[in-house]
Amino acid sequence: MIRVEAHPAPVDAHAAEADERTVFGFWVYILTDCVLFASLFATYVVLHGNTAGGPSGHQLFEMPYVLAETMALLASSFTCGLAMLAAVRGRTRLAVVALALTFALGSTFLALELSEFHHLAVIGAGWSRSGFLSAYFILVGTHGLHITVGLLWMAVVAARIWWSGLGRGELRRLTLFGIFWHFLDLVWIFIFSVVYLMGAAHL
Amino acid sequence: MSERRHATSAPLPGVGHLSLRAYVSGFVASLVLTIGAYLLVVERAVSAGTLIALILVIAVSQFAVQLVFFLHLGAEARPRWRLAMFLTMVTIVLILVVGSLWIMGNLNSRMSMPEQEQYMSSQGGL
Repeated sequence: MIRVEAHPAPVDAHAAEADERTVFGFWVYILTDCVLFASLFATYVVLHGNTAGGPSGHQLFEMPYVLAETMALLASSFTCGLAMLAAVRGRTRLAVVALALTFALGSTFLALELSEFHHLAVIGAGWSRSGFLSAYFILVGTHGLHITVGLLWMAVVAARIWWSGLGRGELRRLTLFGIFWHFLDLVWIFIFSVVYLMGAAHL
Repeated sequence: MSERRHATSAPLPGVGHLSLRAYVSGFVASLVLTIGAYLLVVERAVSAGTLIALILVIAVSQFAVQLVFFLHLGAEARPRWRLAMFLTMVTIVLILVVGSLWIMGNLNSRMSMPEQEQYMSSQGGL
């Protein structure tokens, strides 16, 4: 691995400090979003047994399918990291390719999730069937909504890098987006563990 | 273009220097933990109580792995405001989740006393 050493380019100290503050502000937003998800998780865990005579998670969840979803999102988090790595080293084209790959994997995840929702609605296990299903759709759906917003954002970031190169502003946008995308992967780990794994194990 | 390149080999704001190695190790560790938890559930290898504990331990380890390798928590310069905010968030989340489970579990056990069920069924339900 060849390391590109940082050239002592004239860095505007004020701009750098402003960037640091922006990233910190975004980090605070991410943490409040964590609290939102925590309340949805608490709701889900409290309600997960209230199936009102309807199907339980054990009957509904197909684990190989969920594992495929998880792998797609995990891989997209990794390629997002590669995009940041390429961007830091000034490799514009590589960064855009890595973002395109991230977009493809993220879209795969979203398509799998939507088709799962559709399947559940069709077999009569929609969000109004029971307390368990309401909590399930709200929790997993909120995550899916974040992913949708993330995909739109990613398209904008990639397009800007493609057209105007890797300036300071583009790097900052990419950093913020990267934090957001890794955060969504983190939330999914808990959805995968608490909703799907424990649901399938009938816990 | 070349001037731009030089300017961008600076560290990302709030993140610092990145290394490919960190991303690869984070990714591999996440894969191993995910597949491990999946196999535990699918193969039904252990009893229910152990399984809950193991799933949670694996989830928290993966949380830690990704925080360190992907989100670079703890790599920032002092004062560590991001870490401080993060710990505050963890505290709030724990109060929220554990508190909800505690209260609702307590309510559940109080509401499902045999006398009350008897009373409710004698009144024709709710």
